[in-house]
Amino acid sequence: MIELNSKIPEGPLADKWTNHKNSLKLVSPANKKKIEIIVVGTGIAGASAAASLGELGYKVKSFCYQDSARRAHSVAAQGGINAAKNYRNDNDSDYRLFYDMIKGGDFRAREANVYRCAELSNNVIDQLTAQGVPFAREYGGTLATRSFGGVQVSRTFYAQGQTGQQVLLGTYASLKRQIAKGNVTMYPRRQMLDIVVKDGRAQGIICRNLLNGNIEKYSAHAVVLATGGYGTIYFLSTLAVNSSGSAAYTAYKKGAFLANPSFIQIHPTSIPQLNPYQSKLTLMSESLRNDGRVWVPKEKGDKRNPLDIPINERDYFLERRYPAYGNLVPRDVSSRAIKERCDAGYGVGSTGYAVYLDFSDAIKEQGIKAIKSKYGNLFDLYQKITGENPYEQPMKIYPAGHYTMGGLWVDYNLMTTIPGLFAIGEANFSDHGANRLGASSLLQGCTDGYFILPYTISDYLADKINIKPLSLDDPEFQKSEKEVMDRIDRLMNIKGKTTPLTFHKELGKIMWNYAGMVRNEQGLKQGLKEVSELEEQFYKDLKITGSKHNINQTLERALRVADSFEMARLILHDALNRKESCGAHFREEYQTEDGEPLRNDEEFMYVAAWEYTGEDKEPILHKEELKYEFVKPTQRSYK
Amino acid sequence: MKLTLKIWRQNSPKEKGAFKTYILDDASQDMTFLEMLDALNEKLIAENEDPVAFDHDCREGICGSCGMIINGRPHGPGKEITTCQLNMKAFKDGDTIVIEPWRAKPFPVIKDLIVDRSAFDKIMEAGGFINTDVGSAPEANTYPIKTHKAEEAFEAASCIGCGACVAACKNSSAMLFVAAKVSQYALLPQGKVESLQRAWNMIMKMDELGFGSCTNTGACEAECPKGISLAHIARLNNEFIKSGFNKLFADKH
Ligand SMILES: Cc1cc2nc3c(=O)[nH]c(=O)nc-3n(C[C@H](O)[C@H](O)[C@H](O)COP(=O)(O)OP(=O)(O)OC[C@H]3O[C@@H](n4cnc5c(N)ncnc54)[C@H](O)[C@@H]3O)c2cc1C
Ligand code: SF4
Ligand code: FES
Repeated sequence: MIELNSKIPEGPLADKWTNHKNSLKLVSPANKKKIEIIVVGTGIAGASAAASLGELGYKVKSFCYQDSARRAHSVAAQGGINAAKNYRNDNDSDYRLFYDMIKGGDFRAREANVYRCAELSNNVIDQLTAQGVPFAREYGGTLATRSFGGVQVSRTFYAQGQTGQQVLLGTYASLKRQIAKGNVTMYPRRQMLDIVVKDGRAQGIICRNLLNGNIEKYSAHAVVLATGGYGTIYFLSTLAVNSSGSAAYTAYKKGAFLANPSFIQIHPTSIPQLNPYQSKLTLMSESLRNDGRVWVPKEKGDKRNPLDIPINERDYFLERRYPAYGNLVPRDVSSRAIKERCDAGYGVGSTGYAVYLDFSDAIKEQGIKAIKSKYGNLFDLYQKITGENPYEQPMKIYPAGHYTMGGLWVDYNLMTTIPGLFAIGEANFSDHGANRLGASSLLQGCTDGYFILPYTISDYLADKINIKPLSLDDPEFQKSEKEVMDRIDRLMNIKGKTTPLTFHKELGKIMWNYAGMVRNEQGLKQGLKEVSELEEQFYKDLKITGSKHNINQTLERALRVADSFEMARLILHDALNRKESCGAHFREEYQTEDGEPLRNDEEFMYVAAWEYTGEDKEPILHKEELKYEFVKPTQRSYK
Repeated sequence: MKLTLKIWRQNSPKEKGAFKTYILDDASQDMTFLEMLDALNEKLIAENEDPVAFDHDCREGICGSCGMIINGRPHGPGKEITTCQLNMKAFKDGDTIVIEPWRAKPFPVIKDLIVDRSAFDKIMEAGGFINTDVGSAPEANTYPIKTHKAEEAFEAASCIGCGACVAACKNSSAMLFVAAKVSQYALLPQGKVESLQRAWNMIMKMDELGFGSCTNTGACEAECPKGISLAHIARLNNEFIKSGFNKLFADKH
């Protein structure tokens, strides 16, 4: 059995990374040229990694399923990116950012990793600014910041409501530069379907070329997965519709452990589902809670126009329950509070599953112009989708599946339990514990890709400089290739009646009902049963038309959905195992008197890392104990 | 509502394409345009047909994947929206909708409504970046930037690379796309240093890839889902002319 070794360096918190870096082996420039690295994914994490590795002189191959690297899902991030610059002189520091992330994550993340992320945050802002990312500015010309949920300082850098787009385009530009120099070769429109492991090391991947259906083999000295999150397990989520955990799941099947898969963030402020045809949910950035106030009518089922409801008949329930943080409580806390009000019958809108996010006070205080310059494009987006004008009417919002804290288990070097296979960005589990603080994912993706992986990967590669990449004719490649082809044929040949889209919607419903914002033992068990039944149905009744030798988006989806069933089961397993509530994982059986999550540090202060043991077999749980040496875990309080 | 859809079907780059007509009985005004196409595809699969291929991902107007010509207009009716943001409220029962891919030589059709936009990536490789190495960045507040300049740069930077500008232009020019990038960097001190060379390289690449020249019709601006302004083209021309002079000068000396 594989032993979990997190490789967390010894020493004082603030020195760990520096000491560790100094101990990492290097690869000389002449030798780097001989080393090939595959990076799957071109979001902020993958693009920054591929560009940095290319710049260092490695030979990099970069893959994504979109037609261009610039379209990776990161492009959709809205609100901002955190850094402990302390530009506002509000007594911010690396330590404070670290502490906010650890506390926000409800004490289920590693101290050392989170500190490193905070410590590198300033470099990220410097790097992105140098690349021409047009962050918002103060009148004096210096960089502007704003506040985000779960913190009491202003440290979020932003580019209107399109920070992800701008940060991604920055990383994309650095990737383009390396492509132009010949250091990186780009392979767009590829769906990675297998990872080739030989002699215990990850040495290549198998992809389907989405244009012609060819099954292609690529080999390298190391493989980096930057394939993002699996929030689409709920079908409706704020993610791009083709996002999936398929790649992480593939790694899991090949022996990489998957950690805390049930830690999934449900974001409080999304535009609610408006009709049954809907294919995705659109986020309204958390930054809006800086100036927007969340409320419902005090009277159950009050159907009056919100403008006609006087102030004293409104329940500003976040401000009421959490006076210290008010509307800026962390995401898990506000999502549950919103659900609680709606379940209790106070919700608004046609379905009763929405609450108001109201800007009228902010507009009165700051003027329409100020609000427009902060949130203009978000307001426009809202109006385009709902047809309502948020300058005049409060927005209606409801929580939606958004971000996966869980992911591939990695050690301090960002390497999975398969040597040579690394995971960065949302695809790994490392920095966010049981709940992610807003604006810290773009940060983590950039620190992983620009500043951590390029150093740690050389430690792995240093003794591989004389080894040639695995031959594409190697039996291991042929085996993987055949396995992928068989998988595709199996799906194409079912010839049933139901499309993958229908199956995906059904799976989403099951997961939202039983493994959404609130979970309990009975529901989770029911979920396991229903997922397995649905999967059985899938392999009997799936229908795909068109050819496997051409663009076939139905087949692409079917391949992702096929992996989702097993992923879903793992999520349910993990949620069942964790008999406590922490962060986004809320088990009804474990709550305080006033409905806050009740952690059980005695028994569950660990990372649950799951090992695959074969089809239809129970996964094995490995525990990585979390040791808090520098902070004292407390019951989170935002009151 | 009932719709008649005339959709361009083309199996591969090499085969000839043609319009095919489909009837969709149960479309709803609550759908987005792409959800309507999803519904059509579900129906086509049920009828053992190959569904209509189209690029899409974020479905919220930010990734630039989607894009088709709807009733003669890139991204369809409506101002400053992408195809995925187009609402079926823009149509009514009994309507006929004609749907076709971007039509432009540098964007060959791959299948149905999917075109090859890799030419945009090549233009970006020719100069759509600032030459700065990881690790060498100065402190972020080193260069103060006036708010309005930063905002203008942001507006230019908000181009999503969808290609509607090219599809809208009778010359298939990519000037708006190139101008947005050149302008973003030219407005910022970090990017100013290489601005002239960048303009030159990107325009040369654009010409080489078969995009036409700009005759100032403004069709691109009118159809751009992000409202990228023609003013950026003026700035690009300016940088380009200056870069031309510089080259001339450099050649003589
Ligand atoms: C609406 C929204 C708003 C957000 N706002 C913020 C914010 O304000 N601040 C913040 O910090 N975070 C925010 N987040 C979270 C953040 O955007 C993401 O967590 C982050 O961008 C993930 O980046 P990534 O590089 O890890 O992965 P992604 O950007 O998801 O990229 C994944 C990449 O992997 C590729 N890929 C995946 N699977 C395969 C496969 N099988 N084969 C080939 N390629 C594959 C894709 O093509 C893509 O290139 C937001 C998220 C959403 C959904
Ligand atoms: S300039 Fe506008 S139309 Fe052209 S690619 Fe950019 S966003 Fe699309
Ligand atoms: S699907 Fe992303 S812009 Fe339309």
